[in-house]
Amino acid sequence: MIAALLSLTALGLSLGLLLGFAARKLKVEGNPLVAEIEQMLPGSQCGQCGFPGCAGAAQALAEGKAAVDCCPPGGADLVQALAAKLGVEADLSGIKASVPMIAEVQEHLCIGCTKCFKVCPTDAIMGAAKQIHTVFREACTACGKCVECCPTEATRLTPVPVTLQSWYWHKPEAGWVA
Amino acid sequence: MTPAIHAPHAHAPVTVGRVMATVMLALAPATLFGFWLHGWPAILLWLVALVTALATEALTIRLQDRPVKPALMDGSGLLTAWLLALSLPPWAPWWIAAVGSAFAVVVAKQVFGGLGQNVFNPAMAARVMLLISFPVEMTAWVRPVPITSGAAPDLAQSLDITFAGQGLDAMASASLLGHVKTELGRGLELGPVLANAYQPDLMLMGNRVGSLGETGAILILLGGLFLILRRIITWHGPAAMLLGVALPALVAWLIAPQAYPDPLYHLLAGGVMLGAFFIITDPVTSPNSPWGMFAFGLGVGLLTWIIRAWGGYPEGVAFAVLLMNAATPVIDRYLKPRIYGRDRRGRPHPAREA
Amino acid sequence: MTFLKRLHTRGGVHPEGMKSLSEDCPIAPLPLPDRLYVPLQQHIGAPASPVVHVGERVRKGQLMAAGTGPVSAPVHAPTSGRILALGDALAPHPSGLGITTLTLEPDGDEAWLDTAPPADPFALAPEEIARRVGAAGIVGLGGAAFPSAVKLNLSRRSSVEVLVLNGSECEPYLTCDDRLMRERAAEIVDGIRLMNLAVGARDVLVGIEDNKPEALAAMTGAAAGTGIRIVAVPALYPMGSEKQMILALTGREVPAGGRAADIGVLVHNVATAYAVRQAIVLGHPLVSRVVTVSGGAVQVPRNVEALVGTPVQTLIDYCGGFSQAPARVVLGGPMMGSQISNTSVPVIKGTSGVLALTRAEIGQPEPAPCIRCSSCVRACPVGLLPLEMASRIRAGDLAAAVEFGLKDCIACGSCAYICPAHIPLVHFFNYAKGELAARERTRMKQDATRQLAEERNLRMERIAREREEAAARRKAEKAARDAAKKAAASPPAQAASTPAETETA
Repeated sequence: MIAALLSLTALGLSLGLLLGFAARKLKVEGNPLVAEIEQMLPGSQCGQCGFPGCAGAAQALAEGKAAVDCCPPGGADLVQALAAKLGVEADLSGIKASVPMIAEVQEHLCIGCTKCFKVCPTDAIMGAAKQIHTVFREACTACGKCVECCPTEATRLTPVPVTLQSWYWHKPEAGWVA
Repeated sequence: MTPAIHAPHAHAPVTVGRVMATVMLALAPATLFGFWLHGWPAILLWLVALVTALATEALTIRLQDRPVKPALMDGSGLLTAWLLALSLPPWAPWWIAAVGSAFAVVVAKQVFGGLGQNVFNPAMAARVMLLISFPVEMTAWVRPVPITSGAAPDLAQSLDITFAGQGLDAMASASLLGHVKTELGRGLELGPVLANAYQPDLMLMGNRVGSLGETGAILILLGGLFLILRRIITWHGPAAMLLGVALPALVAWLIAPQAYPDPLYHLLAGGVMLGAFFIITDPVTSPNSPWGMFAFGLGVGLLTWIIRAWGGYPEGVAFAVLLMNAATPVIDRYLKPRIYGRDRRGRPHPAREA
Repeated sequence: MTFLKRLHTRGGVHPEGMKSLSEDCPIAPLPLPDRLYVPLQQHIGAPASPVVHVGERVRKGQLMAAGTGPVSAPVHAPTSGRILALGDALAPHPSGLGITTLTLEPDGDEAWLDTAPPADPFALAPEEIARRVGAAGIVGLGGAAFPSAVKLNLSRRSSVEVLVLNGSECEPYLTCDDRLMRERAAEIVDGIRLMNLAVGARDVLVGIEDNKPEALAAMTGAAAGTGIRIVAVPALYPMGSEKQMILALTGREVPAGGRAADIGVLVHNVATAYAVRQAIVLGHPLVSRVVTVSGGAVQVPRNVEALVGTPVQTLIDYCGGFSQAPARVVLGGPMMGSQISNTSVPVIKGTSGVLALTRAEIGQPEPAPCIRCSSCVRACPVGLLPLEMASRIRAGDLAAAVEFGLKDCIACGSCAYICPAHIPLVHFFNYAKGELAARERTRMKQDATRQLAEERNLRMERIAREREEAAARRKAEKAARDAAKKAAASPPAQAASTPAETETA
């Protein structure tokens, strides 16, 4: 009886010491998750998530204060990636199929008010006062800020056109799955 | 416009159904020999197994709201039932075949997600389930009475044997493996035990006590070679399993011939031949690569011999197959083919020193 | 010998050759079509940029569009005539998308541009040969259509030891290279010698599948005394794949992710060698190629020499039209070729075949569940596990598919050809490769836009700061001015008593 008590106590003590030692020795400094999440976010600082820029959103996501579907420009792919990263269930039902979009200025409606290129977080709209503005495709993240501020509804988001360079095979139908 | 269809725009003349049909063709000689050897009861048992498999498979697929016809037409359920029937005692009552067949199709296959998804060989899973649940019926062997001999039961008697469970006692016998296990267990020497029970030449011809379709060693071998020629299976798995049984048997026999039978005994007795060519080569539950198959076969062979030599059961093929089925993902993980331009560990070959 | 070579092949399948349909038909020149549709991009790399304008008359072989950037190829007028249009036309591509195309109306004269071929082509400097090959718009004619001059230059720089000419033509149906080797072996050998002048390889090997005895004999005769070795390789698909051909001929493997030049090998197609000869000896740029028109739905299968830009329908008409409605029209071979939905698309430099296939020839019933039979594993010439990759891709786990070696897949289609369950394996792989490339593009764009946003933020902060500083400066200046004014105008006591005055000042 005594022997059993002693041996169990000794076992508990030594394991406890080992755990305490490991906790100190293998301590991870800081939270690398925030930086990793920030890398995954579009980085256009558009603010549609309601947080101050992508860094703020990353912080909130890492702390579980933001939903994985908080970033509209990231689309379904980002939701899935974030869900996998954070180990949570992703609800994709509310998200449109992620067709890459791009802003477009309809020339016949543009009055050259310069509002859109002032709000563009990536300087993707070029133009000057009283001149028609155009979108620099490579820089546009389709955040939609220009659409919100346009007084004549001249800016809109359209799907990125498919070219021979960007086209690739669709995913095969999975009808053969048992 | 309908989207273009991806290449290739040609296809080898193969389908899943054809693969299954080829395997059944390869099984046919050994099966017919089993029918001849064990008579009408064997034929009835085989029929019960096949019909039950078809019916239960149709039912489960219907419950899943999937089209029944294509799933039945691929022949995989039939093949499973066929293999199960071949591994049953030939005069077993009908419900053994029915319960086993239903278990194989429903529990061992459809519950896992249907064709291609099951982890364990359905026929062997069913056999093991039957062996554990109904040990008496599953070890009630009969002396072979060829259908052409006068002693064979006619169709009416056979219906009684299979469906009413009568007439077994007169023909009762023990399988060689069971006999040897029992006698060795009584502390007897192997020599006298084997003296009049073990006739390798007869065994080679298949004229021995045993399961319905496992006895025709030569016919099974021919069927297996046919499958290798038709490129349905490769030699790696069967060769490795035979090796896996024969090698430890040889070593043990050389060390202690009074306690361990010779390698040929192990190869010809029980279900080793059927297992090597038709059971472990089940594509779904075996590894992908040829050398993975080799490792798999070796493992099955080794485990079979271990169970026979030191285990509680006289025969171990079914247990060995299930154990190795569980190891298949591990084998697949570690025994992949070497990729072109990479070494065995997957690192790219170095570029030439320019 | 054959035993040794057996060692140097892996996997592969034996599709029915179907070459007897057209292998005995001599190469026939195709009559001039009414219109030629010449796309500006017929190669891997940047599209060519047009140097002619609509309405302009061009001579045969005249430069119509110049190559742009390091990897590109120019496009020449396939015949003399007038340029009718420059704009988007249906591309000979499974996507059904448009491609910038020059429309040419032939004048029927076939008047060549004046060319100045060198007096002794074999005395040209290596750089000059490569330059002329590039200027002639020659691309790999085996199907990949990679600019040949780029390969020649790269190989010279990395001192290639073995020049391999690929005459295997392992795709079923296709017989264009076979006919070319039978009929124009001497020209091909000239082209090979010129190529080797450009790269200086120690060994020159021509690999031809052993199912083409006539081509083997013709090439062996033509190569006698040149040091070029003609080697019969086993007829096993995909022998014509560069990596597999190198393995069969040299026993060496191209490192994963690397190029043939990394192990001192350069591979060109025999038809490319012929084009090189035409370009250097005659000064003729690449404006035509031999195309096999075959398949069960074609009335009279044959091999035709077609001008680049000829509509596919013209080739089919020349072969007597369809004998029955084809189930699929395919450009290239049946194993790797692409289906087209419209026969108005043009033949381009990389088009080796036009196949009109019947339903029976295609033989693809509905896919069934994978039974893990591993036929695909045994057929894969690379040593991959196609069934595992496909199941991962189906589940959306592309990263796992890459772990299984997706990027080493050469998309030869052997796995999908042999699969008893008829699973579109190679379709899965090309989808995954495309999806991964698209994700990579998105990631690069994100990095770029993130930087743009950061720069903008910095700029906004700077502007705000500058504004603040300017405001503070103005305020300070004003305060200083006021103070000076007050000090000069009145004693402090008075100032304090009349705040209204100060405010208006």
